[in-house]
Amino acid sequence: MSRVVRAGGVSVRWEPRAALVCGLVALVAAGAAVLVVGSGEFPVPPADVVRSLIGQGDAATDFIVRTLRLPRAVTGLLAGLALGMSGAIFQSMSRNPLGSPDLIGFTTGSATGALLQILVFGGGAVAITVSSVAGAFLTGAGVYLVAYRRGGGVHGVRLVLVGVAAAAMLEAANSYLITRAELREAYEAAFWLTGSLNGRGWAQATPLAAALAVLVPAALLLSRPLGMGEMGDDAARALGVPVQRTRALLTVVGVGLVAAATAAAGPVPFVALAAPQLARRLTRRPGVQPLPAGLTGAALLACGDLISLHLPVAMPVGVVTGVLGGAYLAWLLLAAGRRTAA
Amino acid sequence: MLSLARRTPRTPPAEEAAAPPARRPAGRWAGLGALAVLLLLAAAASLAVGAEHVPLGKVAPAVLAPDGSRDALIVHELRLPRTLLGIGAGVALGLAGAVMQALTRNPLAEPGLLGVNGGAALAVVIVIGALRADDVLVYVWAAFIGAAGAAVLVHTIGARGRGGASPARLVLAGAAVNAVFSALTAGLMLLSPRAFNGFRFWQVGTLAGRDTAVFVRVLPFIAAGTVLALLLARPLNALGLGDEAGRALGAHPGRTRGLGALAVVLLCGSATAAVGPITFLGLAVPYAVRALVGPDQRWVLPYSMLLAPVVLLAADIAGRVAAPGELQTGIVTAFLGAPLFMLIVRRGRTREL
Repeated sequence: MSRVVRAGGVSVRWEPRAALVCGLVALVAAGAAVLVVGSGEFPVPPADVVRSLIGQGDAATDFIVRTLRLPRAVTGLLAGLALGMSGAIFQSMSRNPLGSPDLIGFTTGSATGALLQILVFGGGAVAITVSSVAGAFLTGAGVYLVAYRRGGGVHGVRLVLVGVAAAAMLEAANSYLITRAELREAYEAAFWLTGSLNGRGWAQATPLAAALAVLVPAALLLSRPLGMGEMGDDAARALGVPVQRTRALLTVVGVGLVAAATAAAGPVPFVALAAPQLARRLTRRPGVQPLPAGLTGAALLACGDLISLHLPVAMPVGVVTGVLGGAYLAWLLLAAGRRTAA
Repeated sequence: MLSLARRTPRTPPAEEAAAPPARRPAGRWAGLGALAVLLLLAAAASLAVGAEHVPLGKVAPAVLAPDGSRDALIVHELRLPRTLLGIGAGVALGLAGAVMQALTRNPLAEPGLLGVNGGAALAVVIVIGALRADDVLVYVWAAFIGAAGAAVLVHTIGARGRGGASPARLVLAGAAVNAVFSALTAGLMLLSPRAFNGFRFWQVGTLAGRDTAVFVRVLPFIAAGTVLALLLARPLNALGLGDEAGRALGAHPGRTRGLGALAVVLLCGSATAAVGPITFLGLAVPYAVRALVGPDQRWVLPYSMLLAPVVLLAADIAGRVAAPGELQTGIVTAFLGAPLFMLIVRRGRTREL
């Protein structure tokens, strides 16, 4: 169901269902974030949280909401947005739901960078951020270079296969680093590797927001040629899409999104894999798209964080997103199996 | 959109116009023989090479008639179990990978992907954490049950509905189950530093530090899985044509998938239980083999079965020699296998994927 709205020389394709779904998902994400801000040792009712956010709260609530808890919620929302969008980009480019950054090594490379910093060089928060971003970009560049072939350029399937190999290598490196470290350090590193939003402050949220201010518009601008690429390279070229250049740009944007999210929240599992697939089913669109996927990712991570805050034992959010996302995908498969022969 | 399946159906064995070289049966038998010799050489090297070098001439007597000398002790107590485990786990992982890729018609399928490693890992963490066990034999049984449970769960989710387990659904179900398991594993690990400490060493995958009893425990399962997998070569070929065409040719896709899954559970479960999750082997070896002999499963399965242990033993030997503290086998496999795999991908015709 799509309608085209034309105004002068500009025409916009308007899809009521997709727009409705995006709106609802964004609402869920925002609601979960408000509840996250309200949760903790001093619970704040949602109404007071909203009042404080729009600048009409009292001083004590403002301190709790804005200084202590808002950065965590913002980090969660933005990291989820970044992971979901990046998942959509890579899944669409490889035309394969398994081509998500968690599986093709970018998240793992980012984690390797951070682990090296935590366990070997012993740097602080800034150094960890820098080396996690560097790890993701080095992995992305390496995977892209190996997958590149003169004449043929970078083929989607080849990119995924090379990425899977890189992920296997880097995972081995991560495990090795963890076996060589002291127990306490290794334990800390493993906590980070699970993906966690504990103790995130503006120091993590601000750089993430700055990175997304550039990367999100870029991803949105590129989402039309991305969709055309799904029809195959030849068809896309015939429609006027410069296939190789678009793919290179999309790779940079996608890796940047993963790196920014991982640096802020650790390699939170499953959001990049699940969000685009969930969004695709909710919008009933044929392909995966960055915007609905990103919003779904934000909602997933915010809801996951909310649940992790209310568990009887402290668990990093990565545990929750993994269990919830996986269970939901399994349920979707079962439901689809009941209706049709999928 | 779910283009997980090979876009072009596998070439049926009868018409191999597109198949790579070495397609004459004589050449293939010779290749198989060469691989068997290679495996023997790798086993001999695995017995001889290490921190304490044992001359090749003393290896055979030390295995057959241990005389209590230092060399005989090293070979018998340390290197023989290690080599046997390497062969067993290699055979199992190579075959399991090949069967899995044929079943799902997906070159990315591997034990890790269909939840088998995840199930095994979760079971081991539960055992280490809850039961306070640090006996390898307990890990073995726990990992075996976990792997089997995960595979059954994945198959159940993937096979719901009229169409049965389609490749894309099976892989997605595997990813879903895997995500749940690895998240639970991480959670349990972080609850108890003790469980974490035991698990971080199991997690890398190593042939070292297991005694012959481990090998003896998993051997029956590996043997059963091997026989079952090899018997499935023809039905898997028919499955490669797609469900409809296969059924038209008299194949039973459902039965083949069920038996194939059983073989995979037996093979992966026992291998992972014995040596920990060695992820890369099951992905890379069948892929390389298909580039060598083409898509006919009657050749892919035996070639994978012989090539995988050669690679695993070579990786183990390299790990002993490379670093003073010994690199774990799983790490060496990944670092040896990944670049090789990338090379194949670069050279390969992506059309075939």
